[in-house]
Amino acid sequence: MKPPIYGVMAEFDNPTALVNAARRAREEGYRKVDAFSPFPIEELSEALHLHKNKLPLIVLLGGIGGLLTGYLMQYYVTVIYFPINIGGRPLHSWPAYIIITFELTILFAALAAVFGLLGLCGLPMPYHPVFNVPRFALASRNRFFLCIESTDPLFDRSKTCQFLETLEASEVTEVAH
Amino acid sequence: MADNREVVETQPGRGRPVIAPGYTFGTVTDQISSVVLTKKTPIFWFACFGFGFALLLIFLWAVAVLFAKGVGVWGIQRPVMWGFAITNFVWWIGIGHAGTLISAILLLLNQSWRNSINRFAEAMTLFAVACAGMFPLLHLGRPWLFYWLFPYPNSMGVQPQFRSPLVWDVFAVSTYATVSLLFWFVGLLPDLGTLRDRAPSRLGRFLYGMLAMGWRGSARHWSIYETATLLLAGLATPLVVSVHTVVSFDFTIAIVPGWHSTFFPPYFVAGAIYSGFAMVLVLAIPLRKVYGLEGLITQRHLDNSAKIMLATGLIVSYAYIMETFSAWYSGNTYEGAAIWHRMTGPYAGQYWLLVTCNIIALQVLWFKRVRLSPLLLFIESMVVLVGMWLERYMIIVSSLAQDFMPGAWGLFHATRWDWATYFGTIGLFMFLFFLFIRLLPMISIFEVRTLLPQAKVEEESEA
Repeated sequence: MKPPIYGVMAEFDNPTALVNAARRAREEGYRKVDAFSPFPIEELSEALHLHKNKLPLIVLLGGIGGLLTGYLMQYYVTVIYFPINIGGRPLHSWPAYIIITFELTILFAALAAVFGLLGLCGLPMPYHPVFNVPRFALASRNRFFLCIESTDPLFDRSKTCQFLETLEASEVTEVAH
Repeated sequence: MADNREVVETQPGRGRPVIAPGYTFGTVTDQISSVVLTKKTPIFWFACFGFGFALLLIFLWAVAVLFAKGVGVWGIQRPVMWGFAITNFVWWIGIGHAGTLISAILLLLNQSWRNSINRFAEAMTLFAVACAGMFPLLHLGRPWLFYWLFPYPNSMGVQPQFRSPLVWDVFAVSTYATVSLLFWFVGLLPDLGTLRDRAPSRLGRFLYGMLAMGWRGSARHWSIYETATLLLAGLATPLVVSVHTVVSFDFTIAIVPGWHSTFFPPYFVAGAIYSGFAMVLVLAIPLRKVYGLEGLITQRHLDNSAKIMLATGLIVSYAYIMETFSAWYSGNTYEGAAIWHRMTGPYAGQYWLLVTCNIIALQVLWFKRVRLSPLLLFIESMVVLVGMWLERYMIIVSSLAQDFMPGAWGLFHATRWDWATYFGTIGLFMFLFFLFIRLLPMISIFEVRTLLPQAKVEEESEA
């Protein structure tokens, strides 16, 4: 009995082969599929149906949070906590609040974008099984990888390997946990 | 390393490739990362880093003297209380703006040529903002109490005045610094992964690995990553415009003649981009030469940057003309006098030097021969940097020196500590910038990969 594995991985030497392989894997019914490339490939996201993510919503919420924080902070300080009467001018001087409100909107939205990115990607994650494949170091250089994970309902150690070999892969390897 | 690289620059003009032909994913990666991963450091690096470090020591010395004796060591006195400090602040912030323009605005406009210059331009932004931030802090008089600028619950029972442009500045500049840092770091993430995978030493693998946070180039991550960069670019674009606008509010909200005018915000933003692109060229031209990156930072980049300089420089020239015109047309004695003092008064020398640097010298950029000559562009960019510094000096010093009442006039004379602090921040900038060059990839590796023809996915004919 072999120990359980994370999945099987195929290596390709150009983006077209990877995109085609990803499409084929989807057509075959595999869903727990991930691809690895040294740069973003739009067609790959399409092939793996990855176009929707929650990041825009997170950023919007961050922006709204910043907007409210900025405005309410200034309102609280200038009207309630530390009112200064300058020639009878209104304490709630909203035009003067706009700039700091705007800056904090941007600041909170940008923080939401970066932490949202890390959160949605599950980073930082120093260890991941795919790093066990020796040639995977090239995924950050010039090689393209497709991994079918063992949690996929259709996953079968030998059949999935055979399937990947039919996809013009230059190498197919098992990914240990 | 990258022997198959061939620099084709015989046909300048449109349609020239953004990067030289002959590159592959592998050679691009190797060439850019080898600058960082090699054990050999060029003499050029030691010279520049050493020079920067020496200036940095002068800066530390000047700051120590300032802390010990107070801001009186600077030439600031009534009525010119802003002097060099705010001049340098505005100048440095402006330089930073080109980096954000390249990384955010040109990204939104789909200008893919930016990919090979955005990384070091963003680093330039970050370090320029760090240098800029020094001046208002040091100018506080008691810099160790800088946190009084922020609203926080305190036992003194006071709060910042949110109706003051100086408080707006605190928020604008600190937001700008934070967002620039975030944007830069997010851009570095995939390249840190590359360095982790390629670092020969254990320590390098560990450090780059920690910074890369486990980036593995997954398609799921790339998809979110692309959304994130796009959103960050969309956020940074209005931010960068707002920052120099807010900086210009420091002047326009006041009633000092020569400051109180509505066209300052666009004029400041254009000037910022003008000086920023000059700094980009001043950095890029020697770097591409020394590190043999002419195939990645091609003449097209120099040409495009020069054109942006020309465009923004002309906006700045227009602003000078309109400044003079509106001073005359307003019929306001003080406004007219402020301009007249600039042109003929005690600062006339600086004024006409600034016109020479920013308007007259700029006209050489109309010629393609100049735009395609790295040496001439380098000189022109230096001239622009000097000119833009003079512009900030002129706006601040000459307006404050002679405002309404002749009895309240007074001239500003910079002391050696003013100069030491100013040149010291140039040292700080060079120190940080050359550390960056040595330790992190100065060109975005993954974005350059997308520029290669091989990166295009060919559609299947039967699909």
